Amino acid sequence: MTTTRRSLLKTAGTVAGLGVIGMPALAQGAAGKVVVIGAGFGGATTARYLKRLNAALDVTLVERDDRFITCPFSNYVVAGFRKIEDLTQGFDGLRKSGINVVKGDATAVDTAGRFVTLGDGTKLSYDKLVVAPGIELNFAGVPGYSEAAAEKLPHAWKAGPQTLLLRRQLEAMPDGGTFIVCAPGNPFRCPPGPYERVSVVAWYLKNNKPKSKILVLDAKDAFSKQGLFQAAWESEFPGMVTWISGKDGGKVESVDAATMTVKSGFGNETGAVINVIPPQRAGAIAQAAGLVAENGWCPVDPMTFASARAQNVYVVGDATIAGAMPKSGSSANVQGKVVAAAIVAILAGKALDAPALLNICYSLVTPDYGISTTDVYQVSADKGITTTPNAGGVSVKTPTALNERKLEAEYTVNWYKSITSDIWA
Amino acid sequence: MDIRGPLAVLVTCLLPMVASAQTAGPSGQAMAQTCYVCHGPDGKSAGPIAPLAGLPKDHIIRQMTEFKTDRRPGTIMNRIAKGYSDEQIVAIADFIATLK
Repeated sequence: MTTTRRSLLKTAGTVAGLGVIGMPALAQGAAGKVVVIGAGFGGATTARYLKRLNAALDVTLVERDDRFITCPFSNYVVAGFRKIEDLTQGFDGLRKSGINVVKGDATAVDTAGRFVTLGDGTKLSYDKLVVAPGIELNFAGVPGYSEAAAEKLPHAWKAGPQTLLLRRQLEAMPDGGTFIVCAPGNPFRCPPGPYERVSVVAWYLKNNKPKSKILVLDAKDAFSKQGLFQAAWESEFPGMVTWISGKDGGKVESVDAATMTVKSGFGNETGAVINVIPPQRAGAIAQAAGLVAENGWCPVDPMTFASARAQNVYVVGDATIAGAMPKSGSSANVQGKVVAAAIVAILAGKALDAPALLNICYSLVTPDYGISTTDVYQVSADKGITTTPNAGGVSVKTPTALNERKLEAEYTVNWYKSITSDIWA
Repeated sequence: MDIRGPLAVLVTCLLPMVASAQTAGPSGQAMAQTCYVCHGPDGKSAGPIAPLAGLPKDHIIRQMTEFKTDRRPGTIMNRIAKGYSDEQIVAIADFIATLK
């Protein structure tokens, strides 16, 4: 029970007469040691909710960086209406929640001996391990692309220096140039992300370099919120954006950083700026720990997100195969709560709650034009995670007097404040 | 978060029974915690998305039902509310009403 174990204990401690009521709750809190790898949306949520649900747990959060820069809102840094500092989440709030935040690079997991090895040789033992490594970019998935080539053709699909590089290139781009986006096939991190990026870059170009064009070369034939994005491109930036589907030749065959060209069935296109979003797979530690299936992602029990490949290990967020759920910050956040509740129940020898899963993805087309997609999920042992019928879906096609686009732009900003305070504040 | 007083403690302690009574689906708490994605931790939102903390149970049930049946116009809540049964809405409201 959350609202929470902490406040319940506090109450029990301060209201003497109710100590008896508080005592069973204490007994439920069978102590255990949980290690979480990764302080992003999934990992930090899990760590925080473990402590909320049972303050007696020993929770260690391993993260290689001193802070986490969110991918959500990083497109707005590229477009120039947010600063990278606005997206930078520190870990003081997690420490104040009683989480032991350890800076280190998890390099190996011994699932039989139940310990994690860090780059400096430190070994962390656990009763339960949560692996939340996010994605690894598969540079080799695009011939001609590499980590070195990304210094000239940024992916900007992990927020940080790459985001700022793409911003600088956009600012330096001449009016009349072409901004090329190479979009990957499914599945990948943030399904609406490439198209939100196209939108806000178009907004920047319209206001600053209006003779410029955007060309999207896509491995797919369809994408998230497609109807809404394409209608918005026509109404807000007429004639600026061209999207080429996979079946029309959009799948990229190779890129060349020296000549700034992209080869596809559509032809050889030269760009002033080329943004290559390569295919992806589960983060490296998930691979090293043997948690990954042949498709590069981590199979899990949909009821608890327990790894299908190892005992006492759970996987959350982008690294998972989570049925109908997209790889998003919102998905990772609600999955983290499911994992935390499952671990707390299992360590206490109590019955499992059923998982409650939903997703919400807001996107901005301009700072004042927002759209969304959402789903509520059902979970069953045989069908896994599926969308609840006759619910969810995307924003209205035609806005009404409610002014949905403006409202959802405000909600986009509010979503960011809410989810980041839920996780890191 | 500031649950104070005997009533609040009793409500908190009774919730597991409510949860275990409906073995088919997630508890009200589990569902309510997914609301925090937009409505903020413990239902505390900076706005303009409505804060949930402090709302009475009946009000939450009424709003969710009106979103679900499209009697109340909205943006995303109409789509979300349709994902829950009437019983689940009551369970969510039961838990949210404990948030202060």
